[in-house]
Amino acid sequence: MKATGQGMQYNVLIVDDSKLARMVIMSALRRIRPDWKAIEATSAKEAIGAVESKDVQIALIDFNMPGTDGLELVARIRKTDPGMPIAVVSANLQDEIIARARELNAAFVGKPLTDEALAAFLSGAVLRLKKATT
Amino acid sequence: MNLEGTASLTEAEQDALAEIANMGVSRAATSLRQMLGEQVVLAVPAARIVTRETAARLVARDNKSALVAVEQSFEGPFSGKALLIFPEAQSLELVRTIVGEEHSIEDVIDLEQEALAETGNIILNACLATIANVLRRTMTVSLPTVIRGTGDTLFGASSETPEENMVLFLYIDFRAKSRDIKGFIALLLDLPSITAMKSIVNDYIDSVDPASVGTSG
Repeated sequence: MKATGQGMQYNVLIVDDSKLARMVIMSALRRIRPDWKAIEATSAKEAIGAVESKDVQIALIDFNMPGTDGLELVARIRKTDPGMPIAVVSANLQDEIIARARELNAAFVGKPLTDEALAAFLSGAVLRLKKATT
Repeated sequence: MNLEGTASLTEAEQDALAEIANMGVSRAATSLRQMLGEQVVLAVPAARIVTRETAARLVARDNKSALVAVEQSFEGPFSGKALLIFPEAQSLELVRTIVGEEHSIEDVIDLEQEALAETGNIILNACLATIANVLRRTMTVSLPTVIRGTGDTLFGASSETPEENMVLFLYIDFRAKSRDIKGFIALLLDLPSITAMKSIVNDYIDSVDPASVGTSG
């Protein structure tokens, strides 16, 4: 995390088993927050490694992944990082998925991803991070 | 021509097709959840180019019993068919869950065909419309038909020439979380459509800023 003329720059962890899905999220992130850095992970295991070893402030996590799913991953991250702004990204809009994301203090962003939905989540994330440091 | 396996889909195409199918089927699961009143759990999808026989075999492997399917054909830049498939033994239970437990089994039997067709129509349209929107293409979807039989019957495995026999097969299992209802959604594209689909998928991959990949993290 770095301070710049326009405000803070954050590192965003993007977790999705699909390369295409990561491309979609990264290009939206680049349009919305061109100065921020994206860190890719293709599985829950890689994501946990990135959270533990890297400077990650925000996470965008796919739900339907082989092995550990996105909500299980959020639960794991919450054990060590209860306040990190996290969004679960999925086309699966079932009430239970959205409710479980909320229980884990995570936002829900629908797929196909729109810039508007991602921008709204990122703005909220910035506010939460600023609040946490003041 | 040997297209068996995934030889003619690049890794990027396979990944993109699986992701696009996942978005479609996740929306479809959302519709099914509303109809069943209960959470629907999805498997992770896979996209493969196989013969119709292999597709039928993949389905038969997990489903020993007779099957009932709602089939809808779609046409557009690529055409094919989408199927919502259940073990036949479960179709009455499924219909009863959807129409409500207060209906007698006789009423449910009368309704079964129509309710299956309507269920399939909602679920398959949710899936196909999402795929069409993601790819920014227009598809027309036929009315649903209900078919009963084995994997071979459903996928029209027959003595066609080998080229005509190759299909792009997308297959995703689902099950209701606490009821004994399971099934799967399958999409089949025939060979001429595979070429069109590959080109559309590659346009889509190109439309996502390629410079944003692999340059960070």
